[in-house]
Amino acid sequence: MAKILMKGNEAIGEGAIRAGCKYFFGYPITPQSELPHYLAKRLPEVGGVYLQAESEIGSINMVYGAAGAGARVMTSSSGPGISLMQEGISYLAGAELPCVIVNIVRGGPGLGNIAPAQSDYWQATRGGGHGDYQLIVLAPDSVQEIIDLINKAFDLADNYRIPVMLLGDGVLGQMMEPVIIEDQYETKAPKEKKWASTGRMGRGSKNLVTSLHIVPEDLEKHNIKLAAKHEEISRSEQIWEEYNTKDARLILVAYGTTARVCKAVVDMFREEGMPVGLLRPVTLWPFPSQILNSLADQADNFLAVEMSMGQMIDDVRLAVNGKKPIHFYGRSGGMLPVARDIYQEAQKLLMEE
Amino acid sequence: MRKVFARPKSMKDMPMHYCPGCTHGIIHRLIAEAIDELNVFEQTIVVAPVGCSVFCCDYFDCDAYGASHGRAPAVATGVKRVLPDKIVFTYQGDGDLAAIGTSEIVHAAARGEKITVIFVNNAIYAMTGGQMAPTTLLGQVTTTTPKGREKELNGSPIKMSEMLSVLDGSAYIARVSVHNPAGIFKAKKAIKTAFETQISGKGFSMVEVLSTCPTNWGMTPLKALKWLEENMIPYYPLGEFKTPTEVV
Repeated sequence: MAKILMKGNEAIGEGAIRAGCKYFFGYPITPQSELPHYLAKRLPEVGGVYLQAESEIGSINMVYGAAGAGARVMTSSSGPGISLMQEGISYLAGAELPCVIVNIVRGGPGLGNIAPAQSDYWQATRGGGHGDYQLIVLAPDSVQEIIDLINKAFDLADNYRIPVMLLGDGVLGQMMEPVIIEDQYETKAPKEKKWASTGRMGRGSKNLVTSLHIVPEDLEKHNIKLAAKHEEISRSEQIWEEYNTKDARLILVAYGTTARVCKAVVDMFREEGMPVGLLRPVTLWPFPSQILNSLADQADNFLAVEMSMGQMIDDVRLAVNGKKPIHFYGRSGGMLPVARDIYQEAQKLLMEE
Repeated sequence: MRKVFARPKSMKDMPMHYCPGCTHGIIHRLIAEAIDELNVFEQTIVVAPVGCSVFCCDYFDCDAYGASHGRAPAVATGVKRVLPDKIVFTYQGDGDLAAIGTSEIVHAAARGEKITVIFVNNAIYAMTGGQMAPTTLLGQVTTTTPKGREKELNGSPIKMSEMLSVLDGSAYIARVSVHNPAGIFKAKKAIKTAFETQISGKGFSMVEVLSTCPTNWGMTPLKALKWLEENMIPYYPLGEFKTPTEVV
């Protein structure tokens, strides 16, 4: 276990391997390219398979097959490619297959551009495809956290039999930071997957991986089961970071790269003795609404900061539930919010009081 | 008393949902017989498509997957890459394989995925109500070609076996028909060869099976068989388009 310097995209790859992932299916797209480059070299070294698919539709369906066969498997892409995968993600969720999907978000809509953005929040946290389902969505803000969360992502996927999405952006993907990485992560998830469809091999009964429930009574029962699972995840798996929130009257809410900028803003205010803090959701779904709701008893104002025209703010509103006013500052199209601008926006709110 | 005819072990003992006169049942049986004869039932995995044969994963008693429309070859790729020692086959209709799933089938063949594809061509989308398929013949009346398929408007039907046989990755490609006993006999042989090709690791294998849809063709089962023979076989010639010995 040593401290090494790693790029975010490569950290996802190495973290996945050390979490026991041996299969990766993907299709080229910027700005996540370093991840497939890294895995194309590394996976064969550990006896795994890196396979370049014909499209993102191909990749996600290969993930479906590999996950159904019981393997730890991952794919990665960016906005437009993730949109193409939505059909397959819905099937994965319906068939309750564990897998990890990485979205290194770029500017949209449409072809947009290749600059960092957070405008896929709605798509990631509202299922994304057709039907009643959720994904677990993790949003790291440093290369070390990428390493820690990618390992956790595989455990969550296996424990709950649910697809997990790691949501990053071009800044996180390209950024180099020193990290501590374990040789091999100990999984807390069950290793044996009795449900996997691997050939009967004397099992005595067949295993079927499917999302088809043709009888309405059966599908409703299945959806109620999925909803109960989502509720259990909501209750048990909310992760967040509080930064100087203890006495804060104004609380910024931001995740990923934006949260790093917001930490600098909080520091600027604290140097002036102003009670400003940050709540950083680490799980975007389940959204850390419990802590946010209780912080609403203490703070006067909330400021959601995003690299989008305002998407996460919906979840902030739901969590605060009308207790206190919620404001928004965002940059879009691949523009990064800078600390000075957020500071000015926040200062307006502090002066209003 | 010696039993001379029985349900193959690889098939589940349950009623099928297929319409009277539909040839899916025959094709299912041929596959199950081949699996039994090769003694690979416990190792075999079926990937079912979307379409009339969406329930084939219930009829085959082996481990199974339900894939989304057209994606069975990609799902089978994922399964086979994790379980290279298992026998993986997809069962797909013409809308599934030759329209929405062209990308997946072409690239699975191009990569030489060691899977077997059973491609059932009945020249129509049956489950959704008899719409034009990519394999619908010119002049053939369907619910979306009420005056018959026109070349000017819809182009010509796709010959998938011919198309896939030119790819280096495909090891065995054959077209058969189940419209009469002789055809059924040849179909069985081709299906078995396709599985043997996979078992020996030679590459991608596919058997295209010309099949009838009396319901959506608006014919009696017997008339449908005759229509297949007189109309489909002239356009879709039967035979082996690629055999493992030709693989370089």
